[in-house]
Amino acid sequence: MKQVDIAIIGGGPAGLAAALEAKKTGAQSILIIERDRELGGILQQCIHNGFGLQWFGEELSGPEYAHRFIEQLADTGIEVMTDTMALQLNPDKTIIAAGYHTGWEEIHAKAVILAMGCRERTRGAINIPGARPAGVYTAGCAQRLVNMEGYMPGREIVILGSGDIGLIMARRMTWEGAKVKLVSEIMPYSSGLARNIAQCLDDNDIPLKFSHTVTQIHGRERVEGVTVAEVDAKLNPIPGTEEYIPCDTLLLSVGLIPENELTTMAGIQMDPVTSGAAVDQNRQTSVEGIFACGNVLHVHDLVDNVSAEAVIAGHAAAEYVRKTEHPAPRKVALKPENGVRYTVPQALNLAGELPEELDLYFRVRNAYKPAVLEITADGKVIRTVKKPIMTPGEMEKVKVKTADIAQAGEIALRIVEA
Amino acid sequence: MIEKDMVCIVCPVGCRLHVVKDGEQITVSGNTCKRGERYAVGEFTDPQRTVTSSVYVEGGHMPLASVRTEKTISKAKIPAVLEALKTVRPVAPVKVGDVVLPNAAGTGVNVIATREIRRK
Ligand code: SF4
Repeated sequence: MKQVDIAIIGGGPAGLAAALEAKKTGAQSILIIERDRELGGILQQCIHNGFGLQWFGEELSGPEYAHRFIEQLADTGIEVMTDTMALQLNPDKTIIAAGYHTGWEEIHAKAVILAMGCRERTRGAINIPGARPAGVYTAGCAQRLVNMEGYMPGREIVILGSGDIGLIMARRMTWEGAKVKLVSEIMPYSSGLARNIAQCLDDNDIPLKFSHTVTQIHGRERVEGVTVAEVDAKLNPIPGTEEYIPCDTLLLSVGLIPENELTTMAGIQMDPVTSGAAVDQNRQTSVEGIFACGNVLHVHDLVDNVSAEAVIAGHAAAEYVRKTEHPAPRKVALKPENGVRYTVPQALNLAGELPEELDLYFRVRNAYKPAVLEITADGKVIRTVKKPIMTPGEMEKVKVKTADIAQAGEIALRIVEA
Repeated sequence: MIEKDMVCIVCPVGCRLHVVKDGEQITVSGNTCKRGERYAVGEFTDPQRTVTSSVYVEGGHMPLASVRTEKTISKAKIPAVLEALKTVRPVAPVKVGDVVLPNAAGTGVNVIATREIRRK
């Protein structure tokens, strides 16, 4: 049995930033549990640039971004268990883990930070008809093969879904000599960053078709082609629009699922929209002393935002361990209304000391151009924010003054249509 | 006069730029910061990109090291840099920032490693 102040599950960008911040805040024994052979998480395979502009003020690749954090771990005394999988999390903050080198381990923590990230939705999750030929990969799997293991998944590629990993892989495969014939997106908009459409697709003359999906995968042993069809407003394929595209590989970039098996195991309250835990502004879950941050909480578009969120959780976890008494929470729900898909945090805890301003993150349901957001407290508008454009692909952030909401019973965020 | 809408790719904000080129005069709107303007002007004169890739490493604890150009290079030079990288094979250990290919394809820009590879 092992006893620690803070156990962090996941050694990716969220876990790393949370650990360093917890250390800075004064936590004594901190343990990071990582299932891969090294720290850094998905950043290690995201070899493209575009990371760190907000956090470090310079543009880095994924591995460099991870490296900056990993370097800082040295001499902190933060303990790292790699090749170790957390198998069970109990509400009393005990963790059962199995390590390749260390075997079975029971870990007792005063606080736990969930930083498991997410995994990709697979073919099974979206039910494409066809046999089960080789050549169907998730975009992230292909990314790891090409960038870290040195294998090319195929030569003639169709990509389903225009999430960021799909867009990045469209360019990557092209640069490695493959022909990317099409990126097909079922929605009328992309869930990826606009810059990635520009620099990955447009730069390489890769066609992107909105409102199109793959309706069949052809081939028995190996993918031989796919049928792509246009979809109607209800996302059903429109008969007569089918087109056969020969290819040997289909990459899926059809969304990410926060990896929350441990979270639900601990009985933590979930947000059905984010598929992550419901948290307060300190990223504390419904189980006292268990915090969550990064992609396991909600899918972020920018790692810089993951780091920022992890700092909140790391700080709060260290404070939680330091304080012997915790005032009873006074939770006020944050309601996503008209056009706002979700908010993080899902509720504010207005008990105890509060900062002057609170950051609220949210995502919109559709593209709004221009976009007007209203924040209301008990029905009264306390803030209006205007932006030239808001899209579902880009997370938005607003600040509210604590004074404006301190007495509120309910706070809502909504888009006002022009 | 040429008018063009483009997305600024300098940072993830992805501002939607509107660029008007009238003779030598280029006017940019929609940018949040100066870098957006520089980017738009560059797109008309000499588009610049960062190239990222992975190269095989001899004797490393992992087969590949990720690399990138230290600065941006002309977009037109991307194929030449990628071609040159095919034969680059650094020997472990590789440290972040190590130059794996100096003056890549005559661009005057080095390609550097972006991750650490230990000796096997
Ligand atoms: S204009 Fe400035 S803020 Fe906007 S995307 Fe370009 S670099 Fe980023």
